[in-house]
Amino acid sequence: MNAKTSKRLNMKERYRIMTRDLGWEPSYQRYEDIFPQEGFEGIKITDWDQWEDPFRLTMDNYWKFQAEKERKLYAIFDAVSQNNGQMKISDPRYLNAVKLFITAVTPLEYNAYKGYARVGRQFGGVGARIACQMQSIDELRHTQTQIHAMSHYNKYFGGMHDFPHMFDRVWYLSVPKSFFEDASTAGPFEFLTAISFSFEYVLTNLLFLPFMSGAAYNGDMNTVTFGFSAQSDEARHMTLGLEIIKFILEQHEDNVPIVQQWLDKWLWRGYRLLSIVGMMMDYMLPNKVMSWAEAWTMYYEEAGGALFKELERYGIRPPKYADQTVIGKDHVSHQAWFIFYQYGHATAFNTWVPTAQEMDWLSEKYPDTFDRLYRPRFELLAEKAARGERFYNDALPQLCQVCQIPLAITEPDDDTLLSHRDTVHDGERYHFCSDGCRDIFHHEPEKYVQAWLPVHQILQGNCGGADMEKVIGDYYRIEMGEDNLDFEGSAEQRRWAAWKQAV
Amino acid sequence: MSRVFIALQDNENARFIVEAIGEDNPEAEVKHSPAMIRVEADDRLVIRRETVEEKLGRDWDTQELQVDMISIGGNVDEDDDSFTLYWNS
Repeated sequence: MNAKTSKRLNMKERYRIMTRDLGWEPSYQRYEDIFPQEGFEGIKITDWDQWEDPFRLTMDNYWKFQAEKERKLYAIFDAVSQNNGQMKISDPRYLNAVKLFITAVTPLEYNAYKGYARVGRQFGGVGARIACQMQSIDELRHTQTQIHAMSHYNKYFGGMHDFPHMFDRVWYLSVPKSFFEDASTAGPFEFLTAISFSFEYVLTNLLFLPFMSGAAYNGDMNTVTFGFSAQSDEARHMTLGLEIIKFILEQHEDNVPIVQQWLDKWLWRGYRLLSIVGMMMDYMLPNKVMSWAEAWTMYYEEAGGALFKELERYGIRPPKYADQTVIGKDHVSHQAWFIFYQYGHATAFNTWVPTAQEMDWLSEKYPDTFDRLYRPRFELLAEKAARGERFYNDALPQLCQVCQIPLAITEPDDDTLLSHRDTVHDGERYHFCSDGCRDIFHHEPEKYVQAWLPVHQILQGNCGGADMEKVIGDYYRIEMGEDNLDFEGSAEQRRWAAWKQAV
Repeated sequence: MSRVFIALQDNENARFIVEAIGEDNPEAEVKHSPAMIRVEADDRLVIRRETVEEKLGRDWDTQELQVDMISIGGNVDEDDDSFTLYWNS
């Protein structure tokens, strides 16, 4: 179809012709054989024609707009590399947030690309298939543009050289990896609920907007540009996520309890996963945009609140344990940074104690918790480091069987007590960080008993050897003294000082 | 009552789109943060093609919004003449 003809049709007609009219009724194969995964989760679809993409985007326009986004994006990448953009960042500590991003988030984009390609094949409705196809291509674009954006920094800084290898092996990267693999090994409707709705609609703002505003505020033009370019696709994904949930709920009342259980599960899993974003915002950005607690209030409590009010009419209640996330917002970033600080020899980025000025900012943003609980801890760590006794923990932590985060998060009703739950299944005892994670296990124990837990694997001798140096160096490929340890005295700090002197 | 919102990249297009939104939605609240403009309103926000075209001084396709948009909150309804965000509750 040439552009002139398509111009004469209005958006609604064009959408009908370019989606519905591309489908056909099977005549010599059974529907169940063509779409074998559509029914096994118990979701009942009575009429796929009710599915509507509110953007009414068709493939011809999709390519047109995506090409424009790419042109704008790559022009900026060129400008950044041609103008020594790596020297414009606020402080070399900032780059550690980028290292965390490429190792933890970019591989999730690739998994999302595979996930949408797979589930798009499984739906009988043409509108759903086309929406999944576009999203799959979007996610591949995000993977590629993120790698391109960060490849410039990889020429100058450590920790980014082996991200796909690290994603499959490093202890803290098992948190995002296991999150996504949990979704990818679920049925197609649970995958959409997990990724399109809970992650894209409810939580993705908390990942991208603070990260990108933070990048803009810290002089990292590559990241802010790919981030906003990716997010322009996310706005479409979010809308799709909301439409999917409404569509499934409207199709049959039996779908309501199934979807509710998925929402409870995936909000909790997403909340735990985003601990690393909280830590990035509060501790890793030298120039800070907003605190994690403020972001959680704005994007979860306010935006999510409006959303769950909208879903009440379908018989959906706010996710179970949502109240615990509201209590946790004043604690999670501090506790997460403390975990990474003490295991800073096993991270592909540098860690540090916040400066006096940064601690004052944290006191102001966390009046109920920082001075009481976390400042004394960081001041002690700073004192020890000043005496030449920088604290590294050589004991391996107990991990949660579901979210895989070390059991170093406190009880919702007692912030001086670590939260620890356990259960016995088939004669084995399993450990959890929270009621939320234990509930998820109880619902599908056969799935989570198979979890690849980094600490268990090290202790079983499956990670390169018996001592931590072998695990970190040979198995993870984190170069000792180059990629890891405290920022103070690091190779990164020395190089930065030398470059700045040369300018 | 709930808030709908749209976040746009802070760029040349967005400046005019935000101006158009302000004209068609006098109650809308505009918030600036680094590299990003967020516009919020109670329950409903409409972006009209005609107003945006007048501000931009050129033809504008409502789907072009996708190039500058970063995030949204609310249900979406889009056709050739307008882009609407709304909550039913």
